[in-house]
Amino acid sequence: MYDFSYHRPASLEDAAGLFGKADDPVFMAGGMTLIPTLKQRLASPSDVIDLAGVGDDLSGIAVDGGTITVGAMTCHAEVAGSGLVHEAIPALAALAGRIGDTHVRNRGTIGGSLANNDPAADYPAAVLGLNATVRTARREIAADDYFKGMFETALEDDEIITAVSFPAPECAAYMKFDHPASRYAIVGVFVAKTGDGVRVAVTGAGTCVFRQGDMEAALAKDFSASAIEGIEVSEDRLNRDLFASPEYRAHLIGVMARRAVEAASA
Amino acid sequence: MTETGIGASVRRKEDKRFLTGLGNYIDDINVDGQTYAYFARSPHARAKINGIDKETALSMPGVVAVLTGPDWVADGLGLLVCGWMIHSKDGSEMNQPVRTPLATQSVQFVGEPVAAVIAETLEQARDAAEALAIDYEPLPSVTDLRTAVGPDAPQIHECAPGNLCYEWEIGDKAATDAAFEAADRVVSIDLVNNRLVPNPMEPRAALARFDPATDEITLHTTSQAPHVVRLVMAAFLNIAPEHKLRVISPDVGGGFGVKIATYPEEAVCTWACRKIGRPIKWTADRSQAFLGDSHGRDHVSHAELALDKDSIFLGMRVKTLANLGGYISAFGSAVPTYMYATLLAGQYRTPAIYAEVDGVFTNTSPVDAYRGAGRPEASYLIERLVEVAAREIGIDPAELRRKNFISPDAFPHETAVGVSYDSGNYEGSLSMVLDMADRAGFEKRREEAKGRGKLRGFGISAYIEACGVAPSKIAGALGAGVGLYESAEIRFNATGSVTVFTGCHSHGQGLETTYAQIVSDLLGVPLENIDVVFGDTGRVQMGMGTYGSRSLAVGGSALVKAADKIIDKCRKIAAHVLEAAEEDLEYEGGKFTVAGTDRGITVPELAFAAYVPHNYPLEELEPGLDEMAYYDPINYTFPAGTHVCEVEVDPDTGEVEIANFVAVDDFGRVINPMIVAGQVHGGIVQGLGQAMLEECRYDAESGQLVSGSFMDYAMPRADDAPSFEVALQETLCPHNPLGVKGCGEAGAIAAPAAIINAITDAIGVRHLDMPATPEKVWAAIRGAGAQGTQAAE
Repeated sequence: MYDFSYHRPASLEDAAGLFGKADDPVFMAGGMTLIPTLKQRLASPSDVIDLAGVGDDLSGIAVDGGTITVGAMTCHAEVAGSGLVHEAIPALAALAGRIGDTHVRNRGTIGGSLANNDPAADYPAAVLGLNATVRTARREIAADDYFKGMFETALEDDEIITAVSFPAPECAAYMKFDHPASRYAIVGVFVAKTGDGVRVAVTGAGTCVFRQGDMEAALAKDFSASAIEGIEVSEDRLNRDLFASPEYRAHLIGVMARRAVEAASA
Repeated sequence: MTETGIGASVRRKEDKRFLTGLGNYIDDINVDGQTYAYFARSPHARAKINGIDKETALSMPGVVAVLTGPDWVADGLGLLVCGWMIHSKDGSEMNQPVRTPLATQSVQFVGEPVAAVIAETLEQARDAAEALAIDYEPLPSVTDLRTAVGPDAPQIHECAPGNLCYEWEIGDKAATDAAFEAADRVVSIDLVNNRLVPNPMEPRAALARFDPATDEITLHTTSQAPHVVRLVMAAFLNIAPEHKLRVISPDVGGGFGVKIATYPEEAVCTWACRKIGRPIKWTADRSQAFLGDSHGRDHVSHAELALDKDSIFLGMRVKTLANLGGYISAFGSAVPTYMYATLLAGQYRTPAIYAEVDGVFTNTSPVDAYRGAGRPEASYLIERLVEVAAREIGIDPAELRRKNFISPDAFPHETAVGVSYDSGNYEGSLSMVLDMADRAGFEKRREEAKGRGKLRGFGISAYIEACGVAPSKIAGALGAGVGLYESAEIRFNATGSVTVFTGCHSHGQGLETTYAQIVSDLLGVPLENIDVVFGDTGRVQMGMGTYGSRSLAVGGSALVKAADKIIDKCRKIAAHVLEAAEEDLEYEGGKFTVAGTDRGITVPELAFAAYVPHNYPLEELEPGLDEMAYYDPINYTFPAGTHVCEVEVDPDTGEVEIANFVAVDDFGRVINPMIVAGQVHGGIVQGLGQAMLEECRYDAESGQLVSGSFMDYAMPRADDAPSFEVALQETLCPHNPLGVKGCGEAGAIAAPAAIINAITDAIGVRHLDMPATPEKVWAAIRGAGAQGTQAAE
């Protein structure tokens, strides 16, 4: 990696102060994307501001009424193993338990994943599918407003995610079709049924997580796999890589959505 | 059988250090004053180099030296050579482009080393390498095999018109043509053997240092054959004479063929350490390994099988294009010719075979040996062709194979492609594996799967391979530049313990245990009193290294020869000590006994007598007990067997689950069944990787390696592997003293055809090229469905 200055502030204020003073700073949460990028010399920030020292403000899992709030620096393994999450939103715990591998799950954080917004990451599907709220040091952002494009979010450059609040649905499930090499999602579909209706969020398939509106409408009328059986998913704007064409991804969105509905109904 | 001798599943002696983190790999070794090398590599698939400006790089912090191709040439050093001359059909020698370790005027693939930057730290070397001003003039490139032989392809080397290195043939063309004319049925197939990146766990590394007091260079390097590296560096690269060059390969984390060749980076470090007067370390990172290691496979073939009305094979015709890469690697020319087409008879009697292989240059990393090296390509082609034939005829695929097997009493068997099979029982292994896999119950399982919405299929792969490379005379006659004997020394210490020196190299094979078991068995020395030393030209006599499953068949035979010499000498000492005639001595399990008495003496006791020769026949016998032997085999060995695979396909996604995998292998005598099972397991997983996951891809336009990391290149992981069942049949090799054949590559050779035969059976398509990724399987199912029958191509 190239040289950079490393900081480990103890508070959000200090973190923001360091960010403001540096030439080309970057925040680091778990570092699961940033560190490999630095090692490959694909990024050359002047300053790396490690949020691991910020501590209590950003960690922990709490339940308040029907809402689960996960601190931004909570690692995936903690969410996967949380009794609170299992009870309120088992699909969220299951999703966290299948991110990356053991090492990643014990280093990677929910805040880091959402700030990075990798098009094939798992958490964006849960946040959008569950209509979660992304909390930052200065505001709250609704899921529908948060994801802007490939590696793009509504966050300002110096804005730090502090927590994510997930309202518990009536039922939900996440189905992921793994990329055989990276084990990221080729297609991941998060289906959630709530009092307000049904949300279907798709990750891995396009440049950014998106909602499959036609499926949501059909499922709102009839929450069953057969209700979306005939829906043709357009392959326009879907990704292509060595393992999956847009056509195949479009097909998998249907398969994964039906399986998610079945799992959620079970 | 003793508890630790031949046939015992002894736990591996070497595992204690590996499992406790005490292995000694090159990157673990550091020496005083060590510098670090970083290689600037070509970012272009093909380009002319107009010049390299070193000035900025040289002025950067910590930089000790910047070396380029012209520096290499100016020092009078030699060329990277190919170790095997192939002649074309017309008798002409293959077209050999010249290559220096650092490119001089042009580059031929992305990742080709162009300059070496040596600095105090690795980061400084890398910074300076990025600052090097290399003036490239990009040229049109071609990476795809079929495009490279097309009319509009860029011509990569002036010496190789049409991008052809050679147009080689084997077999009797006229007899084969006649067989096809007489045939009642001809079955054909077109297939691709996908290109692979081998990826041993430990990347290549080098640590080179020069001692001005002795004028000796010591190179630590990740080699499967350190003596061969020394030979090449001395004889061809002119870096140092053999007696002034010591090559050490300590613990090496996997080879798979990638670590046979002498590579540019290692050569440059060895040369440069004397030039700069400082030790130099280089360790490839994974990205460099993807770019700069030799790759494997990469064939495109058309094959035809002629059968008579009774489904007996009359003849076989094969045309193969083999990708050699941008240059010919050490054995790159031999792998797709003599290591491939000589095995095209498979387990069958096929009386007439004719094969043509065109070696093709492309702008890709050189292609060389990878686990199986030529034999997986041959076996896959045969077993796909035979499977397709059975399905077209409508005969049970097992039955078609049985009809055409060489029968157990027909050995030695001369094939139509020039080799003599030593022994085998193909019917035996097929029957055994079908029983173990409960083939009789398959249709029921298929029906049951159908009820769950899954497509179940069964695939057979009856493979053969040639191991124990190689009879030196035959190899020499076929174009090899080296002999392929092996050596062993058994050195007793005075107190009866033993050090064994082998010219083979253990990098995962478990030779420290297997060789110790042989010595323990033959000489009656406890296993814990035997150490096996390898991988150091300063300690070990000349040897040819480990590849091609040769370590036991050739290296083990040398060991037996050395043990025989020990026993012969001990008999003389024992006769003297026991005051008996040699003829009256009986020998068993390391002990001489005077026949009909209880008077005896053990080999370890005789070792003491030999080193403290007070009561010893000094007039006729030298003291000491230390014997060396070289063994040159009289033939290859021919391990064979049958693997079967049962898969379940999810038609919604195209995902394939391996429901069952059973292997019956015939490796001749087995020294350590546990180690052999481990070798088979690993081989099958590599075969599974080729069949279902792995594919090295270059971008057709830019020539960039697109599958250049584990994010895009799918190496199999533990959860990709099935819980396979493996069993052994022992048909002894008749021409070596242990009756052994070799086991290292079998899994990688057999598994691909078993898996693809099972998948195509499940989904009802004629053929599917590897890797059978979910999308390909899904698309094939849709294609077959669209045509309404199972006959989709």
